[in-house]
Amino acid sequence: MRAVSGALVALLLSAGLGGAALAQEEAELESAQNNVADTASLQRGAKYFVNYCLGCHSAKYVRYNRLAKDLQLTEQQLVDNLMFTGERPFDTMAIGARPEDQARWFGRQPPDLSLIARSRGPDYIYTFLRSFYADPKKPTGANNVVLPGTAMPHVLWELQGVQTAKFKEGSGEFEGFELARAGALQPEEYDEVVRDIVNFLDYIGEPIQRERVALGIRVIGFLLVFWLIAYLLKKEIWKDVH
Amino acid sequence: MASTEADVFDRLGRGLRSLGAWIDDRFPMTKLIKEHATEYYASKNFNFWYGFGVIATVVLVMQLVTGIFLTMNYKPSSDDAFASVEYIMRDVEWGWLIRYLHSTGASAFFIVVYLHMFRGLLYGSYKKPRELVWIIGMFIYLCLMAEAFFGYLLPWGNMSYWGAQVIVSLFGAIPVIGNGLSEWIRGDFYISDITLNRFFAFHVIAVPLALIGLVVVHIMALHEVGSNNPDGIEIKEHKGKDGKPIDGVAFHPYHTSKDLVIVIVFLILFSAVVFFAPDMGGYFLEHANFEPANPLQTPPHIAPVWYFTPFYAMLRAVPDKLLGVVFMGSAVLLPFFLPWLDRCRVKSIRYRGWMYKVSLMVFAVTFLTLGYLGLQQPTPPVVVLCRIFTILYFAFFFLMPFYSRAEKTKPVPARVTP
Repeated sequence: MRAVSGALVALLLSAGLGGAALAQEEAELESAQNNVADTASLQRGAKYFVNYCLGCHSAKYVRYNRLAKDLQLTEQQLVDNLMFTGERPFDTMAIGARPEDQARWFGRQPPDLSLIARSRGPDYIYTFLRSFYADPKKPTGANNVVLPGTAMPHVLWELQGVQTAKFKEGSGEFEGFELARAGALQPEEYDEVVRDIVNFLDYIGEPIQRERVALGIRVIGFLLVFWLIAYLLKKEIWKDVH
Repeated sequence: MASTEADVFDRLGRGLRSLGAWIDDRFPMTKLIKEHATEYYASKNFNFWYGFGVIATVVLVMQLVTGIFLTMNYKPSSDDAFASVEYIMRDVEWGWLIRYLHSTGASAFFIVVYLHMFRGLLYGSYKKPRELVWIIGMFIYLCLMAEAFFGYLLPWGNMSYWGAQVIVSLFGAIPVIGNGLSEWIRGDFYISDITLNRFFAFHVIAVPLALIGLVVVHIMALHEVGSNNPDGIEIKEHKGKDGKPIDGVAFHPYHTSKDLVIVIVFLILFSAVVFFAPDMGGYFLEHANFEPANPLQTPPHIAPVWYFTPFYAMLRAVPDKLLGVVFMGSAVLLPFFLPWLDRCRVKSIRYRGWMYKVSLMVFAVTFLTLGYLGLQQPTPPVVVLCRIFTILYFAFFFLMPFYSRAEKTKPVPARVTP
């Protein structure tokens, strides 16, 4: 116990080391420029997510029928386009693979993605999905500049193609990518696909965000009117106080 | 028609009056309303600084009500807690709003209470005869800190987990009993399901009960001595022929109507956060807390929520663990002694000398800077700054008995100024 609390306090008082390690990991993030109000983008994002991500990653807090409602899909469209493994519309986006198996296959369990946009931010995911590069030393053949040593293979390689990364001699500082083998999409088209996926992840991180701003404007509008009435009342009551 | 209508209202009025008389024979209803509202006189020249008391009360009520509704769907178990919060955010009707009101309310509570306390420092509201009002208020502040700390574990995010782990382990710094004490607090060797359950009990029953009791006592003590005002004058010393303070107006309807205006302004700002930026860029809801608690992986940077960071910065400023805890603890407790540390007879900053004015401004900047530093990675320059500002924080209190005695003050007017 003493050792544990000792370690904790060491962590607490001298997190400087952790800070240095963090600074090393931090790559420049590019702005995702996604827009959760863009329903068409969310619909495309949902399709890509189901096709490319949902095999390994769950989104276990997201309900299919809520998705359909928010993305303006009918139940039939939902079942035809997004549900392939016998779920019912009120189910959540869980996956069949067992966590223990996944940990054996990948070295670690792929994280649930329901809240990834809230914990890491859209820019992180956007940059991450565009920063895979060929690395023959890795069992998956792919590494990532944003998350070095990632256990995730480059799932979207057919779309993006295969890029190699250039690092500065000596310091190992990242310099840039070079497309070694073209994919099915042009680089700009690939960025759009990634943006749609990020947009979808941003939306499932907080489904209500598409509505709460509009509601907030109405609430504040009401409060402003209420304020005026309260202010006039106050003035009336206080008029004989000097 | 008109006469029968008047007749109905007349009878209704008589009925209500006799019901009131019936209650008054058995419970001091009218007496309480008079004492605390219609015949409680407070100065007519309150400025906006005097609004934070009522705002704090509004926030308290909001936290209690939203808390009740959250409890209906929250599950205090390490297996279900994180998922139940997401269930509230996604599946419970209006659950997201209740949760954001509660989480934003926690931060709002501290902002409001810090400003309320600063008002006390500006106008000497802690001075005789209001020492007890101030001390009870400090106990409310301690309860609030406990309430926020216990509540922060409940979402069972990774920052909840490691924040609680770090804070509880601070008790381990106490010699001899330290480790046993932190085990006793956790109920386990590490933060676990058992800890979550007891923190839940404290957060929803024990601390709120104490908080409500203290708030009632705080207001009773205040109404006994009367409210201070921006001039720091006792309005009771100048009464009219009717025996009422000339410079006072009745709490109801005068101050209630004014407070309503102030509360709505607060609600507008509060709503702007709830609806437009509920996580406030990671300060009100921390990013790392959207990952479930993981005892095997610390977040890259553990920092408490912003309202604790001034004290956290002082903890980090001291190289020795035990001494750091002592510094942090005394920083929280020192304001208790303000009524006796301040030797100046003049209450309001309007009539005090330049020394107090400068000290208070330096203190305000110090507190804000420490709050900022507590959020940063403790790089060597940050630690040096933490030390400088920790010294300034303590200097405010320890130098006060000396400069406040020698202070050259301005003459205080007999009556309040507009």
